[in-house]
Amino acid sequence: MDRRVFLQASLGAGLIGASGGLAAPAIAQGAAKRTLKFVPQANLANFDPIWGTQYVVRNAAALVWDTLYGVDEKLQPQRQMVESESVSDDGLVWTFKLRSGLKFHDGEPVLAKDAVASMARWSSRDPMGLMIKGIQNELVAVDDLTFRWSLKKPYPKMLLALGKNNAPCSFVMPERIAKTDPFTQIKEYVGSGPMKFVAKEWVPGAIAVFEKFEDYKSRDEPSSWLAGAKRMMVDRIEWIIMPDPATALAALQNGEIDWWENPLSDLVPALQGNSDISVDIADPLGNVGSFRMNHLYPPFDKVEVRKAVLTALSQEDYMRAIVGSDDKLWKPMPGFFTPGTQFYTEQGGDILKKASIDEAKKLLEKAGYDGTPVTCVVAQDQPITKAQGDVTADLLRRMGMTVDFVATDWGTVGARRASKKPPKEGGWNMFHTWHAGADCLSPAGYNALRANGEKAWFGWPNSPKTEEGITAWFEAADLEAEKAALVKTNEAAVDDVVYGVTGFFLSYQAWRNTLKGVKNGPLPFFWDVTKEA
Amino acid sequence: MTSVVLRRVLSTLPVMGVVALFVFSLLYIAPGDPAAVIAGDQASPEDVERIRAGLGLDRPYLIRFFEWVGQILSGDLGTSIFTNMPVTTMIAQRVEPTLSLMLVTLVIAVGVAVPMGVIAAWKADTWIDRSAMAFAVLGFSTPVFVVGYLIAYLFALKLGWFPVQGYQPLARGVGPWLHSLILPSVTLALVYIALIARITRAAMLEVLGQDYIRTAKAKGVGQRRILFVHGLKNAAVPIVTVIGIGVALLIGGAVVTESVFAIPGLGRLVVDAILRRDYPVIQGVVLLFSFVYVLVNLAVDLVYVLVDPRIRY
Repeated sequence: MDRRVFLQASLGAGLIGASGGLAAPAIAQGAAKRTLKFVPQANLANFDPIWGTQYVVRNAAALVWDTLYGVDEKLQPQRQMVESESVSDDGLVWTFKLRSGLKFHDGEPVLAKDAVASMARWSSRDPMGLMIKGIQNELVAVDDLTFRWSLKKPYPKMLLALGKNNAPCSFVMPERIAKTDPFTQIKEYVGSGPMKFVAKEWVPGAIAVFEKFEDYKSRDEPSSWLAGAKRMMVDRIEWIIMPDPATALAALQNGEIDWWENPLSDLVPALQGNSDISVDIADPLGNVGSFRMNHLYPPFDKVEVRKAVLTALSQEDYMRAIVGSDDKLWKPMPGFFTPGTQFYTEQGGDILKKASIDEAKKLLEKAGYDGTPVTCVVAQDQPITKAQGDVTADLLRRMGMTVDFVATDWGTVGARRASKKPPKEGGWNMFHTWHAGADCLSPAGYNALRANGEKAWFGWPNSPKTEEGITAWFEAADLEAEKAALVKTNEAAVDDVVYGVTGFFLSYQAWRNTLKGVKNGPLPFFWDVTKEA
Repeated sequence: MTSVVLRRVLSTLPVMGVVALFVFSLLYIAPGDPAAVIAGDQASPEDVERIRAGLGLDRPYLIRFFEWVGQILSGDLGTSIFTNMPVTTMIAQRVEPTLSLMLVTLVIAVGVAVPMGVIAAWKADTWIDRSAMAFAVLGFSTPVFVVGYLIAYLFALKLGWFPVQGYQPLARGVGPWLHSLILPSVTLALVYIALIARITRAAMLEVLGQDYIRTAKAKGVGQRRILFVHGLKNAAVPIVTVIGIGVALLIGGAVVTESVFAIPGLGRLVVDAILRRDYPVIQGVVLLFSFVYVLVNLAVDLVYVLVDPRIRY
């Protein structure tokens, strides 16, 4: 090749590149306009919202499956697939009537038998569902559109259970699918929601595609979170999985995607400086940072040692490690319930406002701490757990505790935290995680707050007075009684240190200005979102 | 030759057997639990245990191993724990992007590195040689992800010539396919160019000092012919060897490149599977990679015969 040939070839290659490529046969303009490209928080690795309870599965499932009730932005359950309901005077028999004309994506009508099978499967996995199942007398279809749920004792939170947005939600599936064992994954993805799942285009780890369901029968009420109308203004939604945040940032800036669910806070300034992009808080209910202490083994089997850690910790240190310098993204949280919501209380939470290492040292000494190492298992592949783990290790060392810092990945933490063996034999003393604020509104979906010993969540706290408060809330007849019950619960949970709250934090979402109608909420709501050319 | 190929292909079977045993055992003793990942953060320990039992992960090692081997022998790599899809289907979905990335990378790398190494040797100790080797050192020492971000910033974000991310299947046309692969392939090719160029230069320097080259020059053979026919052919064995070794580098580099450019390839599949402890997928992909590597080594051995008639099997 001589110089002239080389230069001609180079110029040719440059022109091909500059012309936007070798005439990519892009989807026609109209089709592009009707396709919304979304980067979700995580990979949609499975698609059974009862079998797998990850938030990303719940979020995708909300497009495909509908629920009997849905919570609105005031956190109240509203009728969704249900037309009407009645409850007997003694509170024992609930009768639900479905809206007529609802259809599944395969064209079959939604019948009461589908709802019955779906509720049976859901109630085998969901914490509230399990409570209902535990007092269930009978769950049967009365006719094509009516089903009855009779109980042995009243359950005042029935509608909240059926409409809550905590995973697993009570999604309604065709009977043949809902009869699948709740611990076995379904193989068909047929719902009656506003979008159909395009299984043949699903490449787990890369893309999931949803297409508009033309026969969806929307409600007439205004859309409000999971309640009201669910009108789809786009024909197709592509969930594009991007493991690298820098790539998602560049793709959004370049117009290759429309909406990014959870940009890293470090990258947000780059988005805020772009006039084509909007940035706002994703979920006003935010997240609750936490560390779990293993109540079964020393040193955290002693409440005095647990209290010493709470006395020492500074929630600001944890929150700044997670969200950086953006003060809009965090709040102190001296309690267990989501700030800014009806059950939030700081009653009993003074210990979380101290941040006193000296006082903590005195408490440790008084508790007779003998230098027992704290096996702190920290997932390094999750920025939130890594940040919290680093802060905790430093905190414990400053308190004078011995730390056995186990740096590992989330998959290992997930397995190890289930072990009840002593720390030296593969167990643990401490791990970090976080909870969606939507899960911490009340005891309804709040497993982490349960303190019923061996049956409790990892760490197995045993606090009868916390459990008394939770039971009182479930049985409460009105809001005042509920609030009173949760004040007691909060006091008890702090006093026994059910777990360590490290603070309340929020995150951003970002979208191109060609999208209109993007809302805040505990999950991305696609209804009423329009896309301009 | 046919019998040699057959013998070599058959000899891969025990190698694959050892790989299978090693991979299965490694995953068995590795910490982590897919059931815990599936169950999610709010699940109770009892839920996790039931899911584990449902997946058959509570059964003894030997039973699971022999079941898996039986599946493989019948052409079934198993079913993903998470997606409920056959592993073969998941691999089939991902093979094209990864092979395309490796192919285009290989073409770019060999197309650039071999002439670069030849010219560097020809112009040894001149500014051309030093520039080529400086480029090689830079290419070898710059992490793939750094190169990826830089060229994506320049050619995609600033100039808008290429997409930032994604992959267009070959079925949509050669143009879109190539357009989506240029940036990731150049990113991945840099380290490979550096490696091949250095080896080519070293091999050519040795060959160019041989008597037969001097004789060719004395006979008035053209420079191009001396370099690319008499020289390069005799320097080819180490170059072919390093290209073969480089396939392993490509597999490793593809994992990073596929993440940076959001290409749905096998590299990302296996990383996702490792993070979730999706054992059947990890085992299937690692077996596939091992098989490809063994085949590449076989191909390299066969190419030796073509480039050096003295080599016989």
